[in-house]
Amino acid sequence: MFDSLSERLGSIFERLRGRGALEEKDVAEALREVRVALLEADVALPVAKDFIARVKERAIGQEVLRSVAPGQQVVKIVHDALVETLGGAGQDAALDLAMAPPAPILMVGLQGSGKTTTTAKLALRLEKREKKRVLMASLDVRRPAAQEQLRILGEQAGVKTLPVVAGQTPLDIARRALEAARLSGFDVVLLDTAGRLSIDEQLMAEVADIHALARPIETLLVVDALTGQDAVNTAEKFKARLPVTGVILTRMDGDARGGAALSMRAVTGAPVKFVGVGEKLDALDAFDAKRMAGRILGMGDIVSLVEKAAEDLDLEKARRQAKKLAKGAFDLDDLAEQFRQMRKMGGMGAILGLMPGMGKMKKMVDAAGGFDDREIKRQEAIISSMTKAERRKPAILNARRKIRIAKGSGTSVQEVNKLLKAHRQMADMMKKMGKGGMKGLAGQMMGMGGLGGALGGTPGVGDPGALLKQAGGGEAQGSDEIDFDALEKALSGRGPMPPGLGGPPGRKK
Amino acid sequence: MAKTFLSGLFGRKKPEEARTDEPAPAEAEAPPPATAPEKRGIFARLRDGLSKSSKKLSEGVASIFARRRLDDETLEELEDLLVSADLGVAAAARTTAALARDRFDKEVSEQEVKEALADVIAASLAPFEKPLVVDRARRPHVTLVAGVNGAGKTTTIGKLAAKFRAEGLSVMLAAGDTFRAAAIEQLQIWGERTGAPVVARAVGADAAGLAFDALKRAQAEGTDVLIIDTAGRLQNRRELMDELAKVVRVLRKLDPDAPHDSLLVLDATVGQNALNQVEVFREVAGVTGLVMTKLDGTAKGGVLVALADKFALPVHFIGVGEGVDDLQPFSARAFARALVGLDQDDETKGEAA
Repeated sequence: MFDSLSERLGSIFERLRGRGALEEKDVAEALREVRVALLEADVALPVAKDFIARVKERAIGQEVLRSVAPGQQVVKIVHDALVETLGGAGQDAALDLAMAPPAPILMVGLQGSGKTTTTAKLALRLEKREKKRVLMASLDVRRPAAQEQLRILGEQAGVKTLPVVAGQTPLDIARRALEAARLSGFDVVLLDTAGRLSIDEQLMAEVADIHALARPIETLLVVDALTGQDAVNTAEKFKARLPVTGVILTRMDGDARGGAALSMRAVTGAPVKFVGVGEKLDALDAFDAKRMAGRILGMGDIVSLVEKAAEDLDLEKARRQAKKLAKGAFDLDDLAEQFRQMRKMGGMGAILGLMPGMGKMKKMVDAAGGFDDREIKRQEAIISSMTKAERRKPAILNARRKIRIAKGSGTSVQEVNKLLKAHRQMADMMKKMGKGGMKGLAGQMMGMGGLGGALGGTPGVGDPGALLKQAGGGEAQGSDEIDFDALEKALSGRGPMPPGLGGPPGRKK
Repeated sequence: MAKTFLSGLFGRKKPEEARTDEPAPAEAEAPPPATAPEKRGIFARLRDGLSKSSKKLSEGVASIFARRRLDDETLEELEDLLVSADLGVAAAARTTAALARDRFDKEVSEQEVKEALADVIAASLAPFEKPLVVDRARRPHVTLVAGVNGAGKTTTIGKLAAKFRAEGLSVMLAAGDTFRAAAIEQLQIWGERTGAPVVARAVGADAAGLAFDALKRAQAEGTDVLIIDTAGRLQNRRELMDELAKVVRVLRKLDPDAPHDSLLVLDATVGQNALNQVEVFREVAGVTGLVMTKLDGTAKGGVLVALADKFALPVHFIGVGEGVDDLQPFSARAFARALVGLDQDDETKGEAA
């Protein structure tokens, strides 16, 4: 979602980086542009001003201008300031649930910010990851069918919801929810409230009453990432009435430039804990300020990608596969498995968006019509139409078999051939990589990049695999490959972000 | 001095001030409950909504005696304040430039600056102040309603249905949001409230097929207006936008001119992303007009000014509350005055100053 802001900043910084010596006015000029870029990204005005002031002070105060690579230094300062604004490193996204159960969590926000969907997502996350027993209750007696909506979402997520009793007030419902949660031994009770305007005194008093009654351990403000300057007003008004302990930003999968994400911490003083990144119920990610800063500056989000992979991939299966790959055996079953995993991770577009230096490539692909993830399904269909023997040994595929497969999958022989060719190329690549000693997850990921050939059906994108390499090399990394060492370090939690901005963003506190 | 002068202009407190300042006493006097809204004029509603937060300051601190030279520094601060009303950098710069053209370096009062700004903004919005006209010759007149998630589409449709019903038109609703949980139920409740039949299918059904059926049925029954709800979608989700394009395509099989109105619902809190929204939705769903919802909050919806500059699309309605009659025709002048925190009835005072 930060593509546009990162592009703007990127072009500003490119000019700075290229310069041997910088004068104060160069920095000032660049910062003016940064300011406009921030405002156009809907960063709250006071936050943008403060940000610029901080960067300016440091850029001029630190003898940056006389250093060897002043441009790089300025970029680094901006990066650090971004991390601070987003909430600083080491901020804990985890919810504080340390109390005798049931722990009440109160969800508040404006109408249409996405509270109900987010409540269900959060409940699912708590059940799935933290193994908590969660009860959800809708206190929204205003919007037609709001309670029904939460009930349905609960069914979809497999999370219990408090049975709806018509005619109850929000306070009644809250009381009943707490009671029910206590009696039935739930760990967490999520209270979804009606959307309210921050200036609606009656409703703000109501939510304050609910807070007083439920004494929630977390009060989460749900904010739409598409919000403009009003984010400040909303946050301030809610904070004035409720001790907001965290923020959840929704619709981060949109193409808003993410100003709200940048502003929220500064305005509320409360950390952004989660971000909503899609319509599906598992599309709720933990928020990490440092990674987000990296993404804004176009460094990609390889850590998110790896985490996503680690979570979504079946590790055991991946290991088995990696072993097989190392031996150079990569059959069509393996390819089908790759397709499945790609889809699980949100499709090619989502994967690309997370990879460092892929911003440019993603744009090229989007310009060419984007990745059509239905294409992946078609490829899967082709493989599904093969017999087991054919999948293990594609060499036995003759013309007759191909015609049968094409018919069975509703495709054409040409498409079957294309898939087979892509598979051969990938198998070759895997073999090479196997020798190179790449293993485990890294191998998996490279495999995804190699899928390019199979996706050749997308018009104008001849071979995304090749593009991938090209774009990866063209960016700041200056190497042809993604740096897996850095990746592994980042994964283990010790190392810095992957390279990109002339060195790790050395954090000081 | 400069600070109070200008913050009075738009009334948003500086964050530092806000922090030391506990819930303002002015807020403690509870406004009329939203559940039982009394009938008030559009100006009163708009003003209540748009300038509630700004009133205290603009009335109190910045007094009418404060006069100040309209120099570069002042203009820059003005521009900042317009930016914080979501006009965006370009539209804010254009607006202040227009203000500077005939008033630069003159002594001005707060009231004068507000009036002048409102005039500039109203002038740029006036051409887009167009009511939604139902062509009674068409049966049905098809209105498609689209927007991102949570913009207020379904609620807007409920209000629109009530409005058309009050005008004596027969209305049919198509529950085209087959994705979001309980969206169909929500529209059905609006159907009951307004006496409009609702065409619905199960959750997960094909929205285009549903729209087709609804139009067919409305044609058969000779309904005056068919309003089609759609699922909220972010404009960068290509597959969802394709789905919306399909709804339009399918409608045109039955009526080549349908939809006769394609409304994009925008939430007043939206920032500069509204520009992307309009651009993409216009391309995909042939948006013919805008509706801005939730103007009864603190959000001022200033992005409309930027949208007018760029797309020149009519603004049909604004939503100023949750009640059935809280959908009002868009008035450029009222909107502009509320945006800068002017009372509607101050007009004469302003001229005199």
